[in-house]
Amino acid sequence: MLEITNLHVKLAEEDKVILRGLDLKIGAGEVHAIMGPNGSGKSTLSYVLSGRDGYEVTDGSAKLLGEELSEMEPEARAAAGLFLAFQYPVGIPGVGNMTFLRTALNAQRKARGEDEISAGDFLKLVREKAKTLKIDAEMLKRPVNVGFSGGEKKRNEILQMAMLEPKMCILDETDSGLDVDAMKLVADGVNALRGAGRSFLVITHYQRLLDHIKPDVVHIMAAGRIIKTGGPELALEVENNGYADILAEVQ
Amino acid sequence: MAVMQAKADALAARLAGARPDEGGWLGKARAEALARLAPMGLPGRRDEYWRYTDPASLTAPEPVSAAVFDAKAEPRPFTALDRLKVVFVDGQFDAAQSDDLALEGIEIERLSLAGHAANHWAANLYGVLEARGQTPVERPLATLNSALATEGVLIRVTGKPSKPVSLIYLRKSNNSDAMLHHCIKVESGAELTLLENGPAAARLSKVLEVDLADGARFHHIRTQGRDHERRAVTHIFARIGAQALFKSFTLTANGRLTRNEAFIELLGADAVAHIAGASMGDGDFVHDDTVFVTHAAERCESRQVFKKVLKNGAVGVFQGKILVKQGAQKTDGYQISQSLLLDDDSQFLAKPELEIYADDVKCSHGSTSGAMDETALYYLRSRGVPLKQAQSLLVLAFLAEAISEIEDEAIADDIRNRLEGWLHRHEH
Ligand SMILES: Nc1ncnc2c1ncn2[C@@H]1O[C@H](COP(=O)(O)OP(=O)(O)OP(=O)(O)O)[C@@H](O)[C@H]1O
Ligand SMILES: [Mg+2]
Repeated sequence: MLEITNLHVKLAEEDKVILRGLDLKIGAGEVHAIMGPNGSGKSTLSYVLSGRDGYEVTDGSAKLLGEELSEMEPEARAAAGLFLAFQYPVGIPGVGNMTFLRTALNAQRKARGEDEISAGDFLKLVREKAKTLKIDAEMLKRPVNVGFSGGEKKRNEILQMAMLEPKMCILDETDSGLDVDAMKLVADGVNALRGAGRSFLVITHYQRLLDHIKPDVVHIMAAGRIIKTGGPELALEVENNGYADILAEVQ
Repeated sequence: MAVMQAKADALAARLAGARPDEGGWLGKARAEALARLAPMGLPGRRDEYWRYTDPASLTAPEPVSAAVFDAKAEPRPFTALDRLKVVFVDGQFDAAQSDDLALEGIEIERLSLAGHAANHWAANLYGVLEARGQTPVERPLATLNSALATEGVLIRVTGKPSKPVSLIYLRKSNNSDAMLHHCIKVESGAELTLLENGPAAARLSKVLEVDLADGARFHHIRTQGRDHERRAVTHIFARIGAQALFKSFTLTANGRLTRNEAFIELLGADAVAHIAGASMGDGDFVHDDTVFVTHAAERCESRQVFKKVLKNGAVGVFQGKILVKQGAQKTDGYQISQSLLLDDDSQFLAKPELEIYADDVKCSHGSTSGAMDETALYYLRSRGVPLKQAQSLLVLAFLAEAISEIEDEAIADDIRNRLEGWLHRHEH
């Protein structure tokens, strides 16, 4: 599904290097988690994969279903099945959440040569998905992420994911800022999407989310690379002992 | 002195050969306007009120020739609405294309036919609100219009007409120089929705005098044809009685030069006046909104909401003032003017002003100018929305506050669809 080889990324405007030879391979239907100290480059990785401006790939490659991502516009990556649930979802005053969802869904369908969804079908679909995430009708009418609480924004990201049904989902700290019940809702939302060959990359600081979303593989990232890969037990080790031992072991 | 002389000369040149009918109440009003105009002369670039916009092409004796724009298959505004159509072509009334002017609850007359009528109600309105609007700032182009206009509509509303009155301004000539002057009187408790659309002429001067009695309601929605070459100066003068409501929205697109002035007086307690504008300029175009709102009574509310999207060298101007007179306690005044600059070539010039002589008032104003939000653009694209479409969505979002000033949903949708259509055609 996603194959990243020796990826090097620096800031476009500065000489700051953030990713330094990152390797990661996620097969269809797999759930991988990435943990790592603050500033290790986790969000940068997710931005680079989704096509945000301001970064420059200096070496290596990142392929989605065999296609080189750096050669695609952000919208083309989305249409090809990539989705990033943002660590900090963006507010868009003046654009209603519903309009936003419908526009995005139809744009992706169009890019794939499919018909637009009818207004009625769309409404039915969005109501059904919103209900399972306990997002009320009022929140759907409001401008995208404007005046939403931290937790509401994160649930809204998952709603978008549920509507767009991407193939490769990247969740950047979707658990941070969520109360215990909301975390359960979000995890249920993710688990409902598991299967059908859909893959996930879950970036998190806490083992707790991984209790709900059981990963197949856990990676530890530090200073722009994956320094250790293991099973779910690796997350427990981090939870109990922090990163010091792992970092020492690698050096 | 040289400046005054230049203004006087400009006026003399403009009036040369003009022979307005001097009979009837209208002739009297015209003569009074001429008398008021003489000491003012016509505006020049050195006038403070014209600091940002050069009036030369508006004051010149002849209009600059302006090619008629071919809107191709683009539908005209408001076509889907049930409305009473009054059509002008290059400033001349067109009976064949107009509807029968009879409608319950409303009297509509043509200015050119009513000027000699005895005891006409419009004798107390024509040029009267325009004259009130000459202080504290002179607006000689409006006075010139009062002096020379030969066509327009006189509308008196006594009830609640079943549909809006729609003034449609077509243009066929590259050299037409139109002057239209409308008077509207909405009686106590009566209501009117007035629609206006179209470029009207190569050069248009239009005055709209609106008198709202206590409890009257007036909704005004206009689109100003997007003929690239046209020029227009328009004035709205409104006098608003107690508990009356005045709402005006204007959509402006392109046009070499557009100066829209509004002079609005809240004279009775609890009156409301909202004036809004959305404009899009793509090229060598100047859009100037110059608004003056006076609060002269207690507990009145006013809003000025102006949004401009500018690119490829377009210039947006906003001069907006809220004057709160002594005794106008509990005034609620709001003013916002914003521009979205889509490139570095465009500019927005804003002069927001507050002048307050009452102590218990709530007034706020703000003016901003900025580029499109790159983060929002990326967020939309990351969800699969193509760049151009994402930009269009953000442009519409930027204009949304102004459009939301239109109360009637069907009309607001019409305006929104129109904007979407324009934006969509640029998406490819
Ligand atoms: N646009 C930028 N300008 C300057 N520095 C940047 C920029 N983007 C990222 N960085 C730096 O790159 C490093 C990696 O940042 P990134 O946000 O990817 O870390 P992270 O692993 O997601 O951290 P956290 O766990 O705190 O979310 C940090 O040192 C950050 O300050
Ligand atoms: Mg991060």
